[in-house]
Amino acid sequence: MRRRLAAVLVTVALGTAACGSSEDDAGAGPGGSADAGLTGTLTVFAAASLTDVFTGLGRQLEEENPELTVRFNFAGSSALATQLTQGAPADVFASANPAQMAVVTDAGLAEGGPTVFTANVLQIAVPAGNPAGITGLADFGREELALAVCAPDVPCGAASEDVFAAAGVTPRPDTQEEDVRAALTKVELGEVDAALVYATDVTAAGDAVEGVSFPEAEDAVNDYPLVTLGAAPNAEAAEAFVDLVLSGEGQQALEDAGFRAP
Amino acid sequence: MRRARTPAPLLVPAALAVTFLVLPLAGLLVRTPWSQLGTLLTAPGVGQALRLSLVSATVATLVSVVLGVPLAWVLARSRARGRTVLRALVTVPLVLPPVVGGVALFLVLGRQGIVGRWLAEATGITIPFTTTAVVIAETFVAMPFLVISVEGALRAADARFEDAAATLGADRWTTFRRVTLPLVAPGVAAGAVLCWARALGEFGATITFAGNFPGTTQTMPLAVYLALQRDPQAAIVLSLVLLLVSVATLLLLRDRWLGRSGAAA
Amino acid sequence: MTLDARVVVRRGPLTVDVVLQVADGEVLAVLGPNGAGKSTALRVLAGLLPPDAGRVAVDGRTWDDVAGRVHLPTHRRPLGMVFQDHLLFPHLSVLENVAFGPRTRGASRAAARAAAAGWIERVGLAGLGDRRPGQLSGGQAQRAALARALVGDPALLLLDEPLSALDARTRLAVRAELRRHLADFGGSTVLVTHDPVDAMALADRVLVVEDGVVVQAGTPADVARRPRTDYVARLVGLSLLPGVGEGTAVYLDGGGTVAVAEPAAGPVLVAIRPESVALYPSRPGGSPRNAWPATVAGATPHGSTVRVELDGPVPLLADVTATAFAELGLAPGSPVWAVVKASEVAVYAR
Repeated sequence: MRRRLAAVLVTVALGTAACGSSEDDAGAGPGGSADAGLTGTLTVFAAASLTDVFTGLGRQLEEENPELTVRFNFAGSSALATQLTQGAPADVFASANPAQMAVVTDAGLAEGGPTVFTANVLQIAVPAGNPAGITGLADFGREELALAVCAPDVPCGAASEDVFAAAGVTPRPDTQEEDVRAALTKVELGEVDAALVYATDVTAAGDAVEGVSFPEAEDAVNDYPLVTLGAAPNAEAAEAFVDLVLSGEGQQALEDAGFRAP
Repeated sequence: MRRARTPAPLLVPAALAVTFLVLPLAGLLVRTPWSQLGTLLTAPGVGQALRLSLVSATVATLVSVVLGVPLAWVLARSRARGRTVLRALVTVPLVLPPVVGGVALFLVLGRQGIVGRWLAEATGITIPFTTTAVVIAETFVAMPFLVISVEGALRAADARFEDAAATLGADRWTTFRRVTLPLVAPGVAAGAVLCWARALGEFGATITFAGNFPGTTQTMPLAVYLALQRDPQAAIVLSLVLLLVSVATLLLLRDRWLGRSGAAA
Repeated sequence: MTLDARVVVRRGPLTVDVVLQVADGEVLAVLGPNGAGKSTALRVLAGLLPPDAGRVAVDGRTWDDVAGRVHLPTHRRPLGMVFQDHLLFPHLSVLENVAFGPRTRGASRAAARAAAAGWIERVGLAGLGDRRPGQLSGGQAQRAALARALVGDPALLLLDEPLSALDARTRLAVRAELRRHLADFGGSTVLVTHDPVDAMALADRVLVVEDGVVVQAGTPADVARRPRTDYVARLVGLSLLPGVGEGTAVYLDGGGTVAVAEPAAGPVLVAIRPESVALYPSRPGGSPRNAWPATVAGATPHGSTVRVELDGPVPLLADVTATAFAELGLAPGSPVWAVVKASEVAVYAR
């Protein structure tokens, strides 16, 4: 089904190219087929948490297709959704949550339905050595600790509220961070004893931060959907990239980064 | 005084500049959901964030004046060596990304910081995540604006008035209080306004060093940013409120300060 | 001797080295071209500039002594200073400006204001005490500056080109007033100026400074009669004769009468430049309005001209060429007629 659609798009692209349009510059040029290797430029809009994994997968795709250039735009999912609805040209959109994906699909920008390709769970980030001896979510109710959570307005904050509710813990944070990165900075500096963030963020943060897992995390598993965009200038490459992400190779890379299978 | 007619080569870029500066504002106004205005404005936390913003920006400005004017004097008047280096250092917060400034404040005043660690051990007081931290972050980012504009005023002021004061028996401190300071008052006022405006809009250093907690550290810019994550319309309304309050304040002050100094100049 | 100073100060390529001695009630004019180092020396006396060498003492108290490492800061020196462009504080009223010195020197607010009001009246600004300096004319501002400098009854009064920022007409009026106030002032005064008329009209003694050093010193009359350099001769040849004006005639206090072009009234100074004086062996024909008999009292050659000092009802200086001097056969004691056009005579109120 998807392949057929892509083939149609290629045909359309070729057709317009034949009519003298210059829009083929960024798309699949004449002669561009899966057999002969992908060409042109592939533009992927992806949630910032995917930076490391997707950059690696993009490079792999480029090595397999020397004629292809993969460009990424990593940012917060809501910022990306806003850019897309404002008309930013892209081939693939990978969101860190279904809500922002819905913004894009509701706007009629997606080609087909989104696929959940990975998921992320919350984890407690503590400074190396865990000086405050954090053991679980209940520690977030301790007044004497310096604690950071994500602001309820941002996705990780919404997820945090869910797990606190599920665990019956009333959190007493000192700060509600605007994003995970800001929360992790405070953990790295040792200015907070613990921050509730995503497992992938803990993995990415390196040695200065340790993760403490807790069972209630299962109550707020955050799914990552991705989709090929309807106006994709390079639909064929988009398809190839989505396939790579869903392949065993792609899933392994995600798992290595702290993501878990959907 | 004769009113000069603006030459055409200035008029066109000036008009472009106005357009460039005003259009985004117009964009905000156009997109303002006027029908939901009441609901959004009376939402809990808006008044709180606004009050916190005004109070912390004002305190930061006072601190900047008290510390920054003397510093500007040293930069403008003292013959101490290393003044050039000092001036460069003072303006660092201007070029430093505010978030980095916030991290730098942690490194000094955080509970693991050079001074903060000692402070926490000696008194049990920790600065981060408090309203004090908001004021400190805003002062750090905004004070250079005051220092630079007061230093400029001091350099432009005729230092011979200070000579005249000395021949009338005034020591350096009296001269500073009774002659120099009144002479540069318009520069101090302009610097304070810049400083206040910068403090009011401060985001990066504040959210890093003071964090974000409604009531204690969540200022309007933080509230706006977070609202943007969830409800862009609410963010527009909040920005508008911040904008209106700051413009109103500046206009009020202009009549009281700048109006008078403008007449004297 | 109340001011006793040797000031040595280097300013770039220029080294200023002057000795200044001024008695109580005496006015010393330091005269010289722009850039001669006059104002620099004055700033040292004020303590605004530390000297590189030398010593400044006033009333026996040492203000500066480079060898002895003494430097009294400006604000502790009992002096008054008038600057070229008045430097009245723009944010204070005239009264507050004049009261500034007494206040900083410890007077009560009321006493300072009373003293200031008295001086404002003395300099003729009664009723203007509430004005801002920006609302005063140039002459009024300079009068206020003088009041501000004199109000504390300083031991030393320093005047730095006090008249040069004024237009010609105002200058005459302010100069005459300044002369009166200086006559009343009991301390020492040092006046720096590049205008010989200021020096001749206001000073008891003149110090001519060129390139940082004193090239001539003496009373204004001495310096004018016997200029030691070309520069001094050009600068200070002026004969200033006090008299009383009546229409186009001035009756000199010394007895003679001088015809002038512009009508004058009351006490005036008549100024005649030596190069405008012509000498004749006998009374010239054509009945010029100003022709006076005189006796040669002395002659000093400078350059290609000779400065001749004349005694008589109208004492004058005359510059004649060396050739003319020889042809006239002039020698001390020779009788001669001096002739000056009325239009060449300047008149100043005094």
